[in-house]
Amino acid sequence: MGAVVALDDLLQQRRIWRAQPTPLPASAQPTGHAALDALLPTGGWPESALSEILIPSDGVGELQLLWPTLVRLTRSAERVVLVAPPHVPYPQAWQAAGVDLRWLVIIQASGRDALWATEQCLRSGSCGAVLCWPQRADDRALRRLQVAAETGQTLAFAYRPLQEAVNPSPAALRIAVDARPAQLRVLKCRGGLPPSAAIPLAAGQ
Amino acid sequence: MRWACVLLPQLALDGVLRRCSDPDAPLALVTGTAQRRVLQTVNPAARALGLRAGQSLTAAHALTRDFTLVEYAPEEIERWQQFLAAWGYRFSSHVSLCYPRTLLLEIESSLALFGPWPRFEARLREELTALGFRHRIVAAPNPLAARILANAHDGLAIANDAVMRETLGRMPVERIGLAREVATAFARMGLRTLGQVLALPRDTLARRFPVQVQQHLDTLLGERALAMECYVPPDCFDGRIELNFEVESHQALLFPLRRLTADLAAFLAGRDSGVQRFALRLQHADAADSIIQIGLLSAERDPAMLFELARGRLEQVQVVAPVRGMRLLARDLPAFVPEHRELFDERPQQLLPWEQLRERLRARLGDEAVQGLRAQADHRPEYAWQATGDDKPGPILQGPPRPGWLLREPMPLRESAARILAGPERIESGWWDGGDVRRDYYLIETRSGQRAWAYRPFGESGPFMLQGWFA
Repeated sequence: MGAVVALDDLLQQRRIWRAQPTPLPASAQPTGHAALDALLPTGGWPESALSEILIPSDGVGELQLLWPTLVRLTRSAERVVLVAPPHVPYPQAWQAAGVDLRWLVIIQASGRDALWATEQCLRSGSCGAVLCWPQRADDRALRRLQVAAETGQTLAFAYRPLQEAVNPSPAALRIAVDARPAQLRVLKCRGGLPPSAAIPLAAGQ
Repeated sequence: MRWACVLLPQLALDGVLRRCSDPDAPLALVTGTAQRRVLQTVNPAARALGLRAGQSLTAAHALTRDFTLVEYAPEEIERWQQFLAAWGYRFSSHVSLCYPRTLLLEIESSLALFGPWPRFEARLREELTALGFRHRIVAAPNPLAARILANAHDGLAIANDAVMRETLGRMPVERIGLAREVATAFARMGLRTLGQVLALPRDTLARRFPVQVQQHLDTLLGERALAMECYVPPDCFDGRIELNFEVESHQALLFPLRRLTADLAAFLAGRDSGVQRFALRLQHADAADSIIQIGLLSAERDPAMLFELARGRLEQVQVVAPVRGMRLLARDLPAFVPEHRELFDERPQQLLPWEQLRERLRARLGDEAVQGLRAQADHRPEYAWQATGDDKPGPILQGPPRPGWLLREPMPLRESAARILAGPERIESGWWDGGDVRRDYYLIETRSGQRAWAYRPFGESGPFMLQGWFA
């Protein structure tokens, strides 16, 4: 072992278990929802990593969860890329939420091309956040996205159906959105035990 | 020191070799009539097999058959000269092709930009080597002296007239560009070097030799100006590589493609322009060319980027017949505007700039695949958005809440026990453009907790039509 390994890195990668719990360094990417930030171990989205959002169906507040983040990114002139969104983003609603549409890019692709485009965008490091809706993505595809997000140090969000919650996933954070009652549940978070409490999601603003 | 002479001793051979992916394979250029074929030039590998320039093809075949034969084409040489002149135009505004296989560059006015001559020369050599041309470079105070000194020297740089006179004086008379009979006459008079000729009185020289001899010597010493035609770069790029065999896989086309795009980039750098649209033509033996159009959103000239884009488009193409040649045509050459960069970049870890990423995505997914979004001032949801290619801001619209997702096509909402949370909101518009709508919109919560945006056409009581999700 000639290489010098910083102790902090080892602790952060959770390769060393520390008996006395210490708070992780605070994330520079707050979610914008105070209650959610309080539950997450780093107080925000895991940086340069894939976050998975599991939704039972469309129209359950899945955009409201991300809008504060997208607003913050686009206002600081970071590009946000939507790869193969299921529907058209309604400009008026996105603008009302505060998103600067000049920094929003939509990529039309399907199947494997969509995964390829997502990986390219994440890897390039020229985007602030990349949102994707992978269809039938297997563990391997998600792992590629996770590695690409690490390489490009970019926030990655994957929307997947709630049925996938039973399958393991390489994502650093998994959040399930429930429609009734409208709430968020954290299923997995790197750097801590997933909190058992659900957060109510104020729907329909 | 005002002029640089770049002598290209084996232009024809280099022109052929640079399109071969293995330049170390034996290769010979042949010329002559069908009855008597003669080797014109051979490369070092072929020379090692015993082949010599001037040998007849029959004799060469008696020695070995393990070499590639390529027809010697004088018009190819002309094309390569034009290409190199375009390359040289990048370094000097005064480029001349007045001597065959020679590039003359006026350098004194370029030194401020490209640094002192040794560094400038190193750069010229580096680029020529990368382009695949063997060369000799000499710098001298006047163009003819540079050309003559390149006959015997390489890497010589002469700063002033006195040194030039002395160096030229040591040149043998056969190699100073005089007509053969004049050179022979000098030799028979016992004059072996130019220095001895110059030592003769002017009037005796003028009496014994034609007037052109004295003029040539004066030009050589810089006492008489040489009028030269300047190279004017063409307005479009047209490069072609002929393949020696029929190619059926795109893998084998990548090498010629890389050469062509690199040539295009060198040409563009010389003209200080970029390329926005170019065509790749794959030529077949007995079918019409396959044409691949490559369009970019902004003018670019980075060789790696051009190659990657062309490659992305090429890989998508199904070619009807084996390919015999490849041609790259670029007519639209707008001015190149370098990308604006911040000195203190906020994201220093950026591996691939957004412009390149966008072109890469478009190359694989199609021109319309990457788009922005803009609001349109229209009340009808179908017309309230617009996909855009630029990032001009759209209008900021106020009004009642709208759903985050808009369905491309409205569809019937199959749910009877839905709860109406808000509405109706009447949207009535579009009588002037044929897309007339009169609808009552409702915010609906479905049984499973989704929040939908649905409408009923005015005056009807059918099912709700779902048009968006409040996500």
